[in-house]
Amino acid sequence: MNVLEINHLAVELPVEGALRRVLHDVTLSIGPGEAVGLVGESGAGKSMASRAVIRLLPAGAAVHGDIRYSGDSVLAMDRAALRHFRTHDVAMVFQDPRAHINPVRTIGDFLLEALLERGERRDDARAAVIAVLAAVGVSEPERRLRQFPHELSGGLLQRVMIAAALAVSPTLLLADEPTTALDVTTQSDVMVILDARRRERGLAMLFVTHDLELAAAVCDRIAVLYAGFLVEDAPAGDLHRNLRHPYTAGLLASRPDPVAPRPRLAAIPGRPLSAFEVGAGCAFAPRCAFAVERCHLERPELRVLDAGRVACHRAEELAGQLALSPTPGGSE
Amino acid sequence: MWKVIGERAVSLVVTLLVASVGIYGALFLAPGNPATLLAGGHATPAVLATIERTEHLNEPFFTRYWDWLVGVLHGNLGQSFVYREPVTTLLAGRVGNTVFLVLYAATLIIAGGVVLGLLAALDRRAGAAITVLTSVGLGIPSFVAAIALITVFSVKLGWFPVFGSGTGLLSQLWHLTLPAVALAISWTAYTAQLTKAAVREELGREHVETARSRGISRRHVILRHVLRNAMIPITTVSGLTVAGLIAGDVVVEQAFGINGLGSFLVQSTLQKDFASVQAVSLILVATFVIVNGLVDLWSLVLDPRLRTGRA
Ligand SMILES: Nc1ncnc2c1ncn2[C@@H]1O[C@H](COP(=O)(O)OP(=O)(O)OP(=O)(O)O)[C@@H](O)[C@H]1O
Ligand code: SF4
Ligand SMILES: [Mg+2]
Repeated sequence: MNVLEINHLAVELPVEGALRRVLHDVTLSIGPGEAVGLVGESGAGKSMASRAVIRLLPAGAAVHGDIRYSGDSVLAMDRAALRHFRTHDVAMVFQDPRAHINPVRTIGDFLLEALLERGERRDDARAAVIAVLAAVGVSEPERRLRQFPHELSGGLLQRVMIAAALAVSPTLLLADEPTTALDVTTQSDVMVILDARRRERGLAMLFVTHDLELAAAVCDRIAVLYAGFLVEDAPAGDLHRNLRHPYTAGLLASRPDPVAPRPRLAAIPGRPLSAFEVGAGCAFAPRCAFAVERCHLERPELRVLDAGRVACHRAEELAGQLALSPTPGGSE
Repeated sequence: MWKVIGERAVSLVVTLLVASVGIYGALFLAPGNPATLLAGGHATPAVLATIERTEHLNEPFFTRYWDWLVGVLHGNLGQSFVYREPVTTLLAGRVGNTVFLVLYAATLIIAGGVVLGLLAALDRRAGAAITVLTSVGLGIPSFVAAIALITVFSVKLGWFPVFGSGTGLLSQLWHLTLPAVALAISWTAYTAQLTKAAVREELGREHVETARSRGISRRHVILRHVLRNAMIPITTVSGLTVAGLIAGDVVVEQAFGINGLGSFLVQSTLQKDFASVQAVSLILVATFVIVNGLVDLWSLVLDPRLRTGRA
């Protein structure tokens, strides 16, 4: 059974008294021990999708569709079940550890809190936490427990956050841009640790990032989100060999080269649409170099293609062209 | 920590010196001759001259101030020429009432303000009512509150005494309840509004979100993350409350006829009783400075980020 199954998830958030759609249609599953990268431009809804899984959406959010953890509906959980889910089964790593860890309590308080909350003995919890800290490469773990967040560097603090997530031995790990707030060297250190721990423990992971290459490097599958729609879901290895969605191709082409930071060819022309601005057709149509009339009129369904799924009317025809030229040259 | 205590001690001494010169000077310049007051109705020039001589009333300002200062440094607050008693004795009988009243009011303010503010921030419906209540409460000066409370609870209902401060703990509590409430009303409203704003702000913090994502119970999230962090701004501003309480105490003691430092200060000022005014004023100033110092130290305890580099 899949660890996580998201079916036709749609989310609306209250904005100035009215509900505004931020997710239209997200269908996604994660098997045991599998890592799925959720990628997309800023505002695509990556954070909202991952938060929906743990029921951490802003107050007043309307959620449609279905989210299942090991077959149990997350949306139907009562208070006690939700607490059990959060304390035992799932853990989240946030982007900015400085903001996401209480600045006035010690690292020890932070790490132990979740374990004590579910009734573990303090001594056991302490031993467990020290072991996890050492495992994620935090030196002098015993001393760290007495320190405060402002006494630690950003990279160290993110390791603490990862340790906190691993300490509860979850089955599912949600990581929302865990390295974006860090400098480049620290980023790769943290990624290596996260990846190693995950593989070691056979954790299922939803890895949120706007960096397609990074996701492809650490994940088994890539799910691409555009304006609140899941537009493609493919094995990470297929990405370079077998591109099927014009948006994914554009993302790949527009990624700045981290080694020689010059703009690579072209970014995707046009501004990313917000989910609530999307019209009747394909959400990507206004920016898509391959759009035809049908694209503006009819919304493409997410359908199975090869080893993955894709939501594009022209996926089959375009398969060869996209792989050859990452920057679309123009429509026919 | 020690550095902060040192800084505070120095600032206390400087503040007291400046305040004492200021107060002494103000009384010195104020119109009216204390000798006339002392002599009562039959002030012949000869009587006045005698009084002025024995009380050193016609010496120059700095001579008199210096004499007083030397006395204080020897632990002698001087002699009240109105009561013809050492000021220390006069204060001893009054200080208890004032301390009781101020502590009583402070307890009401902190407990009431924080609970109301927390409730207002957490519960939408209670919040609306509390917001209205605190906006009204904020605008009620303590003398108006005093008159209203006396009218309703003492005169009409007869639940509380109209006058005096009582002896023994229970009687004191009973006598000082209305004065403490009068003193506390606007500050409780202020603390409640401040608490509400601070709690709202903390509720929206990312680390609170983290705590919720980890399945920490709502009670623990509120206590350990929201209220715990909101205590920092609440503590910082409570120094202001102390200044307000000291000013309000003078008014409330007059209104309820409480024999405390506040009413003593008013009488002594009217009678130009230098030594008494000086002593009471300095006690009030010192209290203000010391309490603010304690507030600073308490902030250091609450906020580890302030401790680095200042310890
Ligand atoms: N509290 C909120 N209320 C209303 N709308 C919101 C709220 N938070 C986010 N949104 C909107 O929801 C949409 C999706 O936001 P989300 O944070 O999921 O994007 P994202 O893909 O994570 O982007 P980023 O890469 O910038 O983190 C955006 O258009 C955003 O403006
Ligand atoms: S459906 Fe049409 S507009 Fe949308 S991505 Fe495919 S080709 Fe482009
Ligand atoms: Mg995000």
